[in-house]
Amino acid sequence: MNADDSSKDLVVGTDGEKYPARFADPGLPEHRDRLADRDPAAAKRAERQVAVLFGLSALGTIGFLLAYFLVPPGQSVSSIRLSNLLLGLSLSLGMLGVGLGAVHWAKTLMSDHERVEERHPQRSIDADRAGAIAALKAVAADSGVGVGRRGLLKGALIGAIGLLPLSIAVPLIGNVGGDWDTNKFRHTIWRAGRRLARDPSGTAIKATDVTIGSVFHVIPEGLEAEAHPLEEKAKAVVLLIRLDPRDLNEAPEKKSWSYYGIVAYSKICTHVGCPVALYEQQTHHLLCPCHQSTFDVSNGAKVVFGPARRPLPQLPIAVDAEGYLVAQSDFHEPIGPSYWERLK
Amino acid sequence: MKALGAHRYHRFAPVALLLLALLAIGSGYAALTGGPAAAAAPTADDIAAGSQLFRANCATCHGPNASGSRNAPALIGVGAAAVDFQVGTGRMPMKASGPQALTKPVQFDQQQIDQLAAYVASLGAGPAVPTVEQVDPTLGNAANGMALFRTNCAMCHNAVGGGGALSQGKFAPALWTTTPTHIFEAMLTGPQSMPVFNNANLSAAEKRDVIAYLVAQREGSPGGTDLGSIGPVSEGLWVWVVGLGLLIGAAVWLGAKSS
Amino acid sequence: MSATQRLAGGTADYLDRRTGIGVAVKSIARKIFPDHWSFLLGEMALYSFVVLLISGVFLAMFFVPSMNQTTYTGSFATMHGVQMSEAFKSTLDLSFEVRGGLLMRQIHHWAALLFMASIVTHMFRVFFTGAFRKPREINWVVGSVLLTLGLLAGFSGYSLPDDVLSGNGLRIADGVARSIPVIGSYASYLLFGGQFPGDALIPRLFTVHVLLIPGLILALVGLHLLLVVLHKHTQYPGPGRSDRNVVGFPLFPVYVAKAGGFFFIVFAVTALLAATFTINPIWSFGPYDPSPVSAGAQPDWYMLFLEGGLRLVPGWTEFELGGFTWSFNILIPGVIIPGILFTALALYPFIESWATGDKREHHVLERPRNAPVRTGIGVALIVSFLVLALAGSNDVIATHFHLSINDITKFFRVFIILGPILAFWLTKRLCLGLQRKDRELVLHGHETGRILRFADGEYVEVHKPLSADERWLRVQHEPSRPLQIAPETNSRGVLRRGYRKDRIRQRVSQFFYQDRVEPVTPAELAAADAHGGHDALDAVTGNAEIEGAVSPAEHASQDQ
Repeated sequence: MNADDSSKDLVVGTDGEKYPARFADPGLPEHRDRLADRDPAAAKRAERQVAVLFGLSALGTIGFLLAYFLVPPGQSVSSIRLSNLLLGLSLSLGMLGVGLGAVHWAKTLMSDHERVEERHPQRSIDADRAGAIAALKAVAADSGVGVGRRGLLKGALIGAIGLLPLSIAVPLIGNVGGDWDTNKFRHTIWRAGRRLARDPSGTAIKATDVTIGSVFHVIPEGLEAEAHPLEEKAKAVVLLIRLDPRDLNEAPEKKSWSYYGIVAYSKICTHVGCPVALYEQQTHHLLCPCHQSTFDVSNGAKVVFGPARRPLPQLPIAVDAEGYLVAQSDFHEPIGPSYWERLK
Repeated sequence: MKALGAHRYHRFAPVALLLLALLAIGSGYAALTGGPAAAAAPTADDIAAGSQLFRANCATCHGPNASGSRNAPALIGVGAAAVDFQVGTGRMPMKASGPQALTKPVQFDQQQIDQLAAYVASLGAGPAVPTVEQVDPTLGNAANGMALFRTNCAMCHNAVGGGGALSQGKFAPALWTTTPTHIFEAMLTGPQSMPVFNNANLSAAEKRDVIAYLVAQREGSPGGTDLGSIGPVSEGLWVWVVGLGLLIGAAVWLGAKSS
Repeated sequence: MSATQRLAGGTADYLDRRTGIGVAVKSIARKIFPDHWSFLLGEMALYSFVVLLISGVFLAMFFVPSMNQTTYTGSFATMHGVQMSEAFKSTLDLSFEVRGGLLMRQIHHWAALLFMASIVTHMFRVFFTGAFRKPREINWVVGSVLLTLGLLAGFSGYSLPDDVLSGNGLRIADGVARSIPVIGSYASYLLFGGQFPGDALIPRLFTVHVLLIPGLILALVGLHLLLVVLHKHTQYPGPGRSDRNVVGFPLFPVYVAKAGGFFFIVFAVTALLAATFTINPIWSFGPYDPSPVSAGAQPDWYMLFLEGGLRLVPGWTEFELGGFTWSFNILIPGVIIPGILFTALALYPFIESWATGDKREHHVLERPRNAPVRTGIGVALIVSFLVLALAGSNDVIATHFHLSINDITKFFRVFIILGPILAFWLTKRLCLGLQRKDRELVLHGHETGRILRFADGEYVEVHKPLSADERWLRVQHEPSRPLQIAPETNSRGVLRRGYRKDRIRQRVSQFFYQDRVEPVTPAELAAADAHGGHDALDAVTGNAEIEGAVSPAEHASQDQ
């Protein structure tokens, strides 16, 4: 197992002499006295040092209490910062004093003679094992079933106990998912004629407000009146961008979705759902700050870099009689990250 | 002598009265709202001086009549605000043309910048330099500014204006030392990669609120030193280097034999 | 007897009569624990957890786990009149209205980061020293579960204030849940009680964070420590230390003082960090809304491996097949790779013992250099985590070092594969090199820098032989050797059943142990001494001829 055993084996060396197979353990090294062990003055000094450290701790705690009562956090950034600093430093000192004092005491004054304790194999001794086996056999004998009848009872027991958790799991899982209506992923609150509004103020946007190079962060008008505004906002947020129409390459079927170079795209990244908010005016790229998916607005918001796969869904827009931008309909596909049944 | 009242019915009296009223209302309005004009209206001399500065420093890239070239866009219609921002922050004249204009030591004094701005503004109407009142942070509402900043700006410039990365090596700079005037002008003109936040998108008052928010961030953080306002990355690095470092140091001391 | 002694005696008697505690005191009070600073890493984790519990109770007295919308009317100027959830508002009030509240919040968050950092460091100490070998495999598995629980505790905790940064993290979690084939959309509904964000999330996370996970952690930590007491702690190799003993100091009073004192030091360092450095400034991020996001959107450091993976895997790995969407660009970094890695980590002791065929108990730790492949695997794992963490911070790196995030991402896409392989190879070679250096040292002793010139003009450097203690450290280990298996065919040429399985096992064993350096044996040392007479010089002061001196050429040819 280790050197003690094999050092007794002998092998023959190159010179023909016999040597042990492995080196022998030289045993515990000599104990070396510390200064405090030899010199009583040093020991007294160490004792004083420990006492001073404990005293510092008390000072720290008193300082904490003084700071607590005398330095209120107040209203300004700097007064809050001061209160935090004073309370924290004094707490730290209070803790540090005790910690350093206790460790210093152990290191300098407590006995540092190394002691040896024997290990026994983890395995129980044979007598205990035999006793355990005998006990288990007695359990089997007392359980009232012979060897042959184990099958029926065991199966029935396992079946019953196995089914029981269902009475907790089913109502828990059944209720924890709300209405479980995952079809809600497919639709947002955008409808034909719904005005585009500024996020977060909610004021409607006119087409003339959107100049080339602008980006507006958009929510549907009247979002606050919805039953679940945040859930709807999480699907309905849109980016409104105006490009020079000469820079815009649109697919033929989507040409009617824009308005004189103004395009609207879903703001929810098709990777894992962060808001794709960074618009680079010169490159016409939309960059998502979470995982750096990059979408090219001049080419239907298709992915040009990063872990996203699908382009951002486009919201078809038009202008109403008063010049305000409105949606023509909902998005033509589910917005946001992909999921298994997305195309079904 | 005719009574004063006799002159009231002079046939030019209504005209004079109207002119007086217009003058009174006009100057009253100008005094109360502070129009977008700069401190002193540019003179023809300023425009001429600006034109000379332009030809000497900018025409190589922007064309002799600021009509642009392969390397640089046309400046007709960009307005005085754009010039004041780009030249006032040292971005222009650019060292090398490219999508990211780095700030450098400013090459001109404010009078020269005003002259350049006057010249470019004379080429075509565009956004003007904001007044002192328009950019005064004490007049802005920092809470509203934060709400606007959070939605429109934080994704590029970081939640407190500490700066952030854009694609291909471009970046949105930190805003700690940017002057309120330059912040206003940047929002208004949309320099380089930054989108344009015209006054229909963010009104002048809203822009001032954003400035108030950014200036308030310069007070620092109530929790202590802010480790660069980068977020969890610097916090994680700190806990490994300083936190674990101190504790491992304490552990080594604890385990070491006393002398 | 003094008053204290009478009181102590009386208390002990009272307790013993009611509990029979005497036998426990007898066995535990003077239990021996070995002393090494690296054994305090687990204690760092334990004490950070205690700090978390204490500060957590404080915070729970003031935090409101509700997503109902309300308006802020407190003292912090930039939040005035802002609509926010009750959770966010109560966190702001806790930070600015409650005295010491900000300190407690920052202590709690710094302690959480420290908790995870010390768990990881402790885990790697156990890994690199082979402390997970029999009989401690179960404890290793318990530790792996604690690591996972710690991750969940941290994630649920920093999401509680419902701010923009952690809220976007939850949105990402929703996206990852959705990507799971077949059940993804239902998984999303399960987590959020309906559509994201819903209003069940914060209350649920609160229960998980404050009740379920701490309960599980406490129970498992109890088991973890119980097993340490049952197994007795491992010890580093050294003179007098073997698999049959524990050498160290008794629990009372030395360890109670040292370890108890260390708890206060841990608390002090956490309080120092909380006093001076801001952490998680939610008042800068703002209340969660699905629309805003901040540049520098990262989770806490221990989740960066997921974040980096999500940034690196390119989009073309998602495809449509059979009308269904297979989002491998999310499944690979979010579910598959972490699943494989964490499972392999938890099962590592069993993998290694299968490869070694070693059934002995091990209580003496291995020096990392003596297990090159294991050390290499550990370093490769650390490098892969580091690469993922750096990839997850790519925008921070880009802004601070003026690089392009696109270039950084492309570099790490290659380096996440290359880096760990390179790290493994390099570490293994380094370990083998260090072992050879150990052999060299044992055979030839320390170089003293004293040069001796013989009468015939030969120069030699005097070497000082190692003391018995120094030598023991370098020769005590028994290297594992590749498994020997029964041959493919028996003596009559009949193919053996189960040979295939044995061969696979042997191959794995060879991967682990083929390249090895054997420790020096007494015979080898004697042989080295014999022809290297000048190596064993110790009392030479003069310049007389040395007996047995051999010229360097002869010496070199005789050396192994």
